[in-house]
Amino acid sequence: MTDSDIGYLTPVIDEDGAPFWQYAARGQLRIQACASCDELRFPPRPCCPHCRSFDSTWRRMSGRGRIWSYVLPHPPLLPGYAEQAPYNAVVVELADAPRIRLVGNVVAAADAPLNSVDPELLSVGAPVRVAFTAASGGVTVPRWLLER
Amino acid sequence: MATLKDATAIAGIGQTAFAKHLPESEKTLACRAILAALDDAGLDPAEVDAFASYTMEETDEVEIAKAIGAGDVTFFSKVGYGGGGSCATVAHLAAAVATGQANVGVAWRSRKRGSGPRPWKNTTAQLPTPGQWTRPFGLLRPADEIGMLTRRYMHEYGATRDHLFNVALACRNRANQNPAAIMYERPLTRETYMTSRWISEPLCLFDNCLETDGALACVVVGAGRARDCRHRPVYVHSVAQGLPAQHHGMVNYWNDDPLAGPAWTAARRLWKTADLGPQDVDVAQIYDAFTPLVPLSLEGYGFCGRGEGGPFTEGGALEIGGRLPLNTGGGLSEAYVHGFNLINEGVKQLRGVSTAQVPGASTCLVTAGEGVPTSALLLRS
Ligand SMILES: [Zn+2]
Repeated sequence: MTDSDIGYLTPVIDEDGAPFWQYAARGQLRIQACASCDELRFPPRPCCPHCRSFDSTWRRMSGRGRIWSYVLPHPPLLPGYAEQAPYNAVVVELADAPRIRLVGNVVAAADAPLNSVDPELLSVGAPVRVAFTAASGGVTVPRWLLER
Repeated sequence: MATLKDATAIAGIGQTAFAKHLPESEKTLACRAILAALDDAGLDPAEVDAFASYTMEETDEVEIAKAIGAGDVTFFSKVGYGGGGSCATVAHLAAAVATGQANVGVAWRSRKRGSGPRPWKNTTAQLPTPGQWTRPFGLLRPADEIGMLTRRYMHEYGATRDHLFNVALACRNRANQNPAAIMYERPLTRETYMTSRWISEPLCLFDNCLETDGALACVVVGAGRARDCRHRPVYVHSVAQGLPAQHHGMVNYWNDDPLAGPAWTAARRLWKTADLGPQDVDVAQIYDAFTPLVPLSLEGYGFCGRGEGGPFTEGGALEIGGRLPLNTGGGLSEAYVHGFNLINEGVKQLRGVSTAQVPGASTCLVTAGEGVPTSALLLRS
């Protein structure tokens, strides 16, 4: 059974995004940075919007962040998500670079279900840290754990 | 410099019935709405030489032109971003007519979303960017994407669910006056709203649009020509599109100021080329596929200050007789046809024939979808 059969989505990775997922597979959170002017940018793209350089590097982040916002989706949803609903989807702003924000899920452990954290524990500004899990489809994705 | 200001007018409007399910195809519905709009204007379909539509429209101009018996077509345009394109269709036709590229333009929207498939249900139809950064994490539907901005907006400015309810209620109250509306004779109460099921917390059922089958169209001609048509011309006074720097579409989480969306960009242009300001607007048709888009738009278009969109809705401000009567045909409670009903309702107001007429209305703001690259029209009689 494939992911799309159960309605669970794996990232459709493009050329610009590929390094992010390759580093994630090694347990590293890295963000694209301009090799000329040093500005971070997300989502990744071929050219620096700040200085228009085409040279980039991937800078390792501490993996610490804060919840910028979150939603609790309820059905109707794709089957793989409906089973876990209501779950949380969050936007995390990185502590190292608050303008860099990643969509993700806050979970009780890296490989725990999307609904494994009581929504009452979520709040805007709550500190989180990254963990990685091998999602179905063979792609490693970042998840977020609440800091104690 | 050439100006579009009052150079063109909307001379005709047409629509089909709105329903959860209509038996006819999108193409048939489009033709019916367009022919009704031409009949309303008193123009022969063979005179049509310009078409404008939005993307996500399944009926393209080749099919429509041959079905309605249009003449030689010399201008055609498609605007992207779904509901963000509604007002831009009229803007593109106005530019074409004002610059002599065409004489009679038709814009339309035909949808069978009430009975048809939901785009987000198609798991393979996610774009690599930005879908790879959002969809795998269960941020699947527009309601989830806008819900994320809504939670942040509430956190930053203290907006409440009561503010969103004020928006939903004003639209529903107007729909209750409009026999053509899906929600005619179906009143909404605060208790019903507050106890309804969640779709994507903080958005509940009544914060979301109702997928509808139906079609609408309008006809744009030069101002002189419009004065010879059947109805009082509704002049296209000012138009604008807006795609802000570093904007990311509905998932606008990655720029410095995610809550200052495309409305702000469109508004700066709209007012710059207008003789009027927000204080001169008698009635507004603001895109409301999700209720929080209204306070965000009220701020963007300058009806109130930053963060004041929630409180602006208090005290019946959006009702008839209030500070800014809103979505007088019912908005999302009339029909969800990607905002085209808001254009036609603006025309009805300025003709003086709305089912919720604002006495003496002579200026109307119409906006397209906020949260995606957008567009707006300032209409006057
Ligand atoms: Zn650079």
